[in-house]
Amino acid sequence: MTPPAIHTEDLTKVYTVSEREAGMRAAVQSLVHRHTEEVRAVDGISFDLAPGEVVGFLGPNGAGKTTTLKMLSGLLHPTAGALSVLGHIPWKRERDFLRRITLVMGQRNQLVWDIPAADSFELNRAIYRLPAGDFKRTVDELTELLDLGPLLKKPVRNLSLGERMKCEIAAALLHRPQVVFLDEPTIGLDVTMQRRIRSFFAEYNQRLGATVLLTSHYMNDVEALCRRVIVIHEGRLLFDGDLASLVQRFTSHKTVVVQLETCPDNMEAYGEVISCEDGLATLRVPKGETPRVTARLLADLPVIDLTVEDPPIEEVIERVFANSFPEASSFREAGSRS
Amino acid sequence: MALAQLYQAQFRTSLATMFQYRASLVIWLISQVLDPLIYLIVWSTVAIASGGEVAGYTTGDFAAYFIVLMVVNHLTYTWIMWEYEYRIREGTLSAALLRPVHPIHADIADNLSSKAISTPGILLAAVLLALLFHPTFHFVGWAVFAFLPAVALAFLLRFLVEWALAQAAFWTTRVSALNQMYFVAMLFLSGQMAPLTLFPPAAQTVAALLPFRWMISFPVELLLGNMTPQKTITGFAAQAVWIVLSLVLLRIVWRAGVRVYSAVSG
Repeated sequence: MTPPAIHTEDLTKVYTVSEREAGMRAAVQSLVHRHTEEVRAVDGISFDLAPGEVVGFLGPNGAGKTTTLKMLSGLLHPTAGALSVLGHIPWKRERDFLRRITLVMGQRNQLVWDIPAADSFELNRAIYRLPAGDFKRTVDELTELLDLGPLLKKPVRNLSLGERMKCEIAAALLHRPQVVFLDEPTIGLDVTMQRRIRSFFAEYNQRLGATVLLTSHYMNDVEALCRRVIVIHEGRLLFDGDLASLVQRFTSHKTVVVQLETCPDNMEAYGEVISCEDGLATLRVPKGETPRVTARLLADLPVIDLTVEDPPIEEVIERVFANSFPEASSFREAGSRS
Repeated sequence: MALAQLYQAQFRTSLATMFQYRASLVIWLISQVLDPLIYLIVWSTVAIASGGEVAGYTTGDFAAYFIVLMVVNHLTYTWIMWEYEYRIREGTLSAALLRPVHPIHADIADNLSSKAISTPGILLAAVLLALLFHPTFHFVGWAVFAFLPAVALAFLLRFLVEWALAQAAFWTTRVSALNQMYFVAMLFLSGQMAPLTLFPPAAQTVAALLPFRWMISFPVELLLGNMTPQKTITGFAAQAVWIVLSLVLLRIVWRAGVRVYSAVSG
């Protein structure tokens, strides 16, 4: 078995933050007596990523996603627990490690604001010591995949947000990192650009066999790129497994769509009616009752067509975070870890 | 070899960036001319009022001193202490930490390329001031020659000390107080406000023991021909010792600073 590209075990990060009430009095008090509080941003999470895996890292704001990515990329020192990336301990920031990873954050800048991206690329070539031939090949490839051609010669500050993001991504990948951490790579971009960047990362992963850990608010990103997802909430791991089984586990209802001649009066007898127009009825049915309800529908009514669907993934995720899960740790899918 | 290529690329980037900021470079230049100009006028007035000279300095000597001081100050100046807090606050330091090179290289290249662009400006200002204030120079051949390594070492020393002190931003968000203290010490003990020979002997001893003098006053006095060969050698030795000490300090505070940063930055 190949060793994992990323390994974490009981990874924990505790911040000590000083806090005080608003106002003058509290400000003076805080000079003498400082109130500090411990915040467990990441609270004992464990997971492995195999080389070449693309995994979605999900959680609401403040769940500890960015803190985890910063620990994995070496910017933050963990408070406790073990972690290794490509066999290195990230916080030591060894050159050999830094040359093999990248962290793309929505707003962070690889690029020098005042000069064309092509010049920043040249600087990165020197920083990462890339041979001229390899460098040119990579730039050509990235230019083609991200459609950078007309952008590279313009000063970065004259680019639009989406154009700049594409150049940022290219700059972050010039050294062909084997491990890619993406923190909201498509934030603030329009749908077309999101799709473009999504398909780019799929292609990048295929071509280089790179390991990708991705956080995103856009479930489309996750659905398109990741078969496996890791869900964290308040610093704890809620779920680790197939996206499909996440949906399975966290959906209590299914959507049953029935095509009839006309809408019958007693549709409520079968489930919660969401809509019924021109004989097309949409019902919300508890998951466990779905087989019985569909059987009854088929037996009782002149059904033309019938489909059973899972609710949209956004809705599932929303429900995961909305509910509290005291038994959270039991949701870990042991079997899906490769 | 790889480091040379890095500097080459870094210089190109820095120069291109600097050219985008020509206006602010001109403003920096003006402030670097104004400071010594004010002291020059003050001391000339004092010299005239006290019958032509103060402690052996004529108006022409003061003019020569402050014009050379202006050039040396410009050549050794860095802005790193002002910028560092911003870097930490805005997270640009994180980007630097993810790169497989020490961020100090980019700063060295930045500072040198800004000097490459602005030095013609300061030399022009020096010529104009010379025409206005009639300095009396007593150049000595070997000393003019020794001035070049002295000013290069002075730059290196000032850069390393200020880079190390800039790391204070890792521990406190209020670095401007520390910066002020440093700049006041610099003003008095580096010879920026007056030639150090005008100070009482005790103050001169303090100045000799601290690094500030070796960042500015030493190359200035050397070019003006005020140094004996013996004192010059002592000066170079002092520069070397302080450079080694500041390198050690820099290494310690950088490591400790990054450790703090990686413990708390969210």
